[in-house]
Amino acid sequence: MNNSLTIHHTPDPYADTRIPDPHQDTFSKTVLGFWMYLMTDCILFAALFTTYAVLHNNTFGGPSSRDLFSLSTSFIETMILLFSSVTCGFGMLSALRNQKYRVVAWFAVAFLLGASFIAMELHEFTHMVQEGNSWTKSAFLSSFFTLVGTHGLHVSVGLLWMTVVMIQVYLCGITVVTFRRIALFSMFWHFLDLVWIFIFTFVYLMGVI
Amino acid sequence: MFGKLTIEAFKHEASQNVAVCMMLLSGIGIIGIIFYTKSWKWLWNDWFTSVDPKRIGVMYIITALLMFFKGFADAVMMRLQQALSVGDSHGFISAGHFQEVFSAHGTTMIFFVGMGVVFGLLNLIVPLQIGARDVAFPFLNALGFWLFASACVLSLVSLAVGKFSQAGWLAYPPLSGIEYSPDEGVDYWIWMVQIAGVGSTMSGINFLVTILKMRCPGMTLMKMPIFVWSALCAMVLVIFAFPILTATLYMLTLDRYLGMHFFSAGEGGNPMLYVNLIWAWGHPEVYILILPAFGIFSEVVPTFSEKRLFGYVSMVWALILITFLSFVVWLHHFFTMGAGPNVNAFFGVMTMLIAIPTGVKIFNWLFTKFRGRVHFTSPMLWFFAFVLNFSVGGMTGILLSSPPVDYQVHNSLFLIAHFHGMVIGGMLFGFFSGFTYWFPKITGFFLSETLNRYAFWFWFTGFLLAFMPLYMLGFMGATRRLDHYEASTGWNSIFVVVGIGAAIILCGISVQAYGLFKSIKDRKKNLDITGDPWNGRTLEWSIPSPPPIYNFAITPTVDQLDPLWAIKRGQAPQPQKDYEDIHLPKNTPMGLYIGVLSLIVGFAMTWHILWLAIVCFIAIITCLIIRLSGEDEHDVITAAQVKEMEAASIRRREVV
Amino acid sequence: MKNRIQFVPLMLIFAGIIVIIVLIMQPISVHIFRNNIAVLFPKGIIALQERNLLFIIQALMLLVIIPVYILTFIFSWKYRVNNPKAKYDPDLVDNRLAEYIWWGLPCILTLIVGAITWVETYRLDPLKPIESDKKPMTIQVVALQWKWLFIYPEEKIASLNFVQFPKQIPIHFEITADAPMNSFWIPHLAGQIYAMPKMRTELNLIADVEGDFRGSSANLSGEGFAGMHFIARASSEEDYHHWSESAKKSTKVLSMEEYNKLAAPSENNPAEIYQLKDEQLFNQIIMKYMHPKEK
Repeated sequence: MNNSLTIHHTPDPYADTRIPDPHQDTFSKTVLGFWMYLMTDCILFAALFTTYAVLHNNTFGGPSSRDLFSLSTSFIETMILLFSSVTCGFGMLSALRNQKYRVVAWFAVAFLLGASFIAMELHEFTHMVQEGNSWTKSAFLSSFFTLVGTHGLHVSVGLLWMTVVMIQVYLCGITVVTFRRIALFSMFWHFLDLVWIFIFTFVYLMGVI
Repeated sequence: MFGKLTIEAFKHEASQNVAVCMMLLSGIGIIGIIFYTKSWKWLWNDWFTSVDPKRIGVMYIITALLMFFKGFADAVMMRLQQALSVGDSHGFISAGHFQEVFSAHGTTMIFFVGMGVVFGLLNLIVPLQIGARDVAFPFLNALGFWLFASACVLSLVSLAVGKFSQAGWLAYPPLSGIEYSPDEGVDYWIWMVQIAGVGSTMSGINFLVTILKMRCPGMTLMKMPIFVWSALCAMVLVIFAFPILTATLYMLTLDRYLGMHFFSAGEGGNPMLYVNLIWAWGHPEVYILILPAFGIFSEVVPTFSEKRLFGYVSMVWALILITFLSFVVWLHHFFTMGAGPNVNAFFGVMTMLIAIPTGVKIFNWLFTKFRGRVHFTSPMLWFFAFVLNFSVGGMTGILLSSPPVDYQVHNSLFLIAHFHGMVIGGMLFGFFSGFTYWFPKITGFFLSETLNRYAFWFWFTGFLLAFMPLYMLGFMGATRRLDHYEASTGWNSIFVVVGIGAAIILCGISVQAYGLFKSIKDRKKNLDITGDPWNGRTLEWSIPSPPPIYNFAITPTVDQLDPLWAIKRGQAPQPQKDYEDIHLPKNTPMGLYIGVLSLIVGFAMTWHILWLAIVCFIAIITCLIIRLSGEDEHDVITAAQVKEMEAASIRRREVV
Repeated sequence: MKNRIQFVPLMLIFAGIIVIIVLIMQPISVHIFRNNIAVLFPKGIIALQERNLLFIIQALMLLVIIPVYILTFIFSWKYRVNNPKAKYDPDLVDNRLAEYIWWGLPCILTLIVGAITWVETYRLDPLKPIESDKKPMTIQVVALQWKWLFIYPEEKIASLNFVQFPKQIPIHFEITADAPMNSFWIPHLAGQIYAMPKMRTELNLIADVEGDFRGSSANLSGEGFAGMHFIARASSEEDYHHWSESAKKSTKVLSMEEYNKLAAPSENNPAEIYQLKDEQLFNQIIMKYMHPKEK
């Protein structure tokens, strides 16, 4: 643990010059704080996963995961989100190189991929509801819709955040402040991808086997 | 247009009408005083838009104390009802109202008083003790406070508009589900706790990063004051536990609003899942409340024994052990749910393990007094009462941790006596100790020591009288939360005795309130000139009282524990540094705005006024985007200004 | 710092008197209320063993608490400022031996208490049948809003807010709820166990002597919850047979429709006895939660 000096505008004596931020310790503080927020989100999802694990067999006579889940759809969703994460990563690399338009371009691709993920998920949900398998039918369906839906809500918030970041980068370029926000956002986006991998594995894959 | 809100919501029983009137009158009184003294502008500029943790800390404590009055009023009503409602008499409030009262009592005391004083003291003291000028995320900190405050206001609104939850402070389903509690009560509870919980999580992240990243040069982790260690451990607990609460309340909300079946009795739901999840949060929560109290005593006892804390390393490891163990004991809250001997025995033994580090701490404090010079100021009086009461509470905790014993005392008044011993004897007495200890530092003047002592004696005797007999009542088969019982139980005389105990505590609280007002009135005669009235050992006593807005004009450098003592003994000369410009974050009204909007969202969601909730929620998102899109703005205090402010405070000290 | 010299001795004496008063009140209050303290004067062997475990753990814990109290008073007295006889050692911050003692002894104590608890938790498991040469009797319990229904499947009778059984016969309770979570508790005879809808918990107990014992619900289940107390009567075998015979001749019949009427919320119901129409009623109540509600 380095001896961090006081707040705000006093630069760290061992500044990491690869990161364009003379306000070095604001960056490291904010990143640490955001990691902690991600940890809390992780535990939130853990609680939802636990609930799903406890309730996933409580179908109350209705359809089970085997009857409802389509591996092909969820696999496509997984690939979409994975590529969205990759393009977000490329956006981050462009930010490190101070290439503002490339950042916006990569993020736009990531946005489109993310939006199509949400569209597919909404389609899956609407289809289930129209067939009569809504969240009111059984505990299994309640926990499924909530776990996957909460992830979808996080992705939607991420899309909104992504838009705001893109606008800021477009208007202000890569500055100390916008770089920090790009970094935080991409942490969030990768985290959501990670959570989806778990959902895909434990909900869809194991639900169908 | 108004969702489920109708004029019926404003009609209450007589006893509730009295409460609402008193609340409205006090509110009008406070607003009247503000108008009379023309202090709106001052309040707005110096307090409501402030991101200074010293201000936010004071606001937390004032809010918590106001909520304490409400929670205590609930307690008095409960004791009065239980003393009167025996045999043919049914007391003075209905069963439904009684159930609202104890639900409100528990919710208020844990979430609004407990968390309020914890975060209040953390705001006030942690930055000072680590030699920092601010916290890591000043806006997040302010936002956390305003969410807390909005939850408090929502709870007061629930008194006047509609009914509150009747399902207890944890709202177990199926009772709290939509089928058995169809009205707005549980919804109020959900939203106020959820909003407060999000605020707590934010504050937890803030303080954890502050402690890890903003300690002054030379202050390694093992040179931090124990209060900061206890704050660190408590914040770790907050970060790991509060998301569980958020998720669980979220699922209960979905059950109630969208007809889901997480916790319903039928359709495959599992109420036992809620009990597990809520206590997986609930047990760390009680440690979040108690660890800072332990930290306070670790500051108070060495100072007033004129001696270093005994066994610093031991104390740190005890804190860490308690933090870790608090996550593997939750099932002891429901041994009687029938999990079977394997599970019950495991959790029973794990619970007993927590007693070991807790006991270690008590011995370390006692041996800090050994061969010290002990001054029995009011902070030390509270420590004395703490040791006596908390030990008994801990002992009964071991009894409760043994499943077969627990089968006979679970949910009885024995349990009530145990946990009040911990919360009052531990957390509240710890807070009183810290409050009387740090009051001069924060305000710049002293509390009346005489009145503090009177208050202490009322509390000490009142607490014993109000809670020791409850152990006996538990053995007599008295379950908690009863609004009426038969005369043949023989409980009535004991209920009268504990009612008298509550009345004595009321005297104590009155003395404290009077003492506070008198001390404020007499403040000019009781100024803390030196900034170090108790011959302190930690950095907060090295700056003036009240601290200047930047805390430290020159950031201190430390190389050992009890740095101020070292400086006083000439063992730690401070390097000569020039004053430099100090950047402090600008004030912002965004925290207050988001708080108010959250209050409206909570109210609207409770009453299913969907359009209002959506509009205000969008407004919150907009506020956040605006706030988080701005540049880092700062006010600058130039080096020359700092020099002048420091010189002025030295002049003030030399006048006397 | 102001510190009146007389304060500390007075304070300690006063506090000491209060502590002594609290201590004395224990045996005094036990004596005053001796007829009503179910947990300390149990009438059934399960409750008796639970009480004895409480005493053992309490005694072991006193080995820690008493020294803490003594040290608190002694140190407060001896090391008060202005006591010329006290040694002042401001840098005494560590003592290996002391740390070993107060980490080690509580560990050992916890080991002992933990081991005892572990063994007793298995021995006093509510599901464990009571060892006896007599054949156990099964009584099914349903927590309703806000009363207790007792179903005797073998005798084909049922009773409301009252349960009777012969003394010295092991009773095997099967417990469920058609209501929010409740807790079935007869403190004179045994510890409690939750009554939950869709679940079946069990409690085994035995009454050593005859008597009327108060039972209640120990978990908040709604507005009428305080009225959920009942009498558990342990009687002689003949009295029990008289009672069950009169129940079999009761004019009230507990059919499914009658049960549904009974399950509707009501408070402070007086005791009733019924003929039981269907000995599968208990299972049907549980199964209710497993099927979609009939519209």
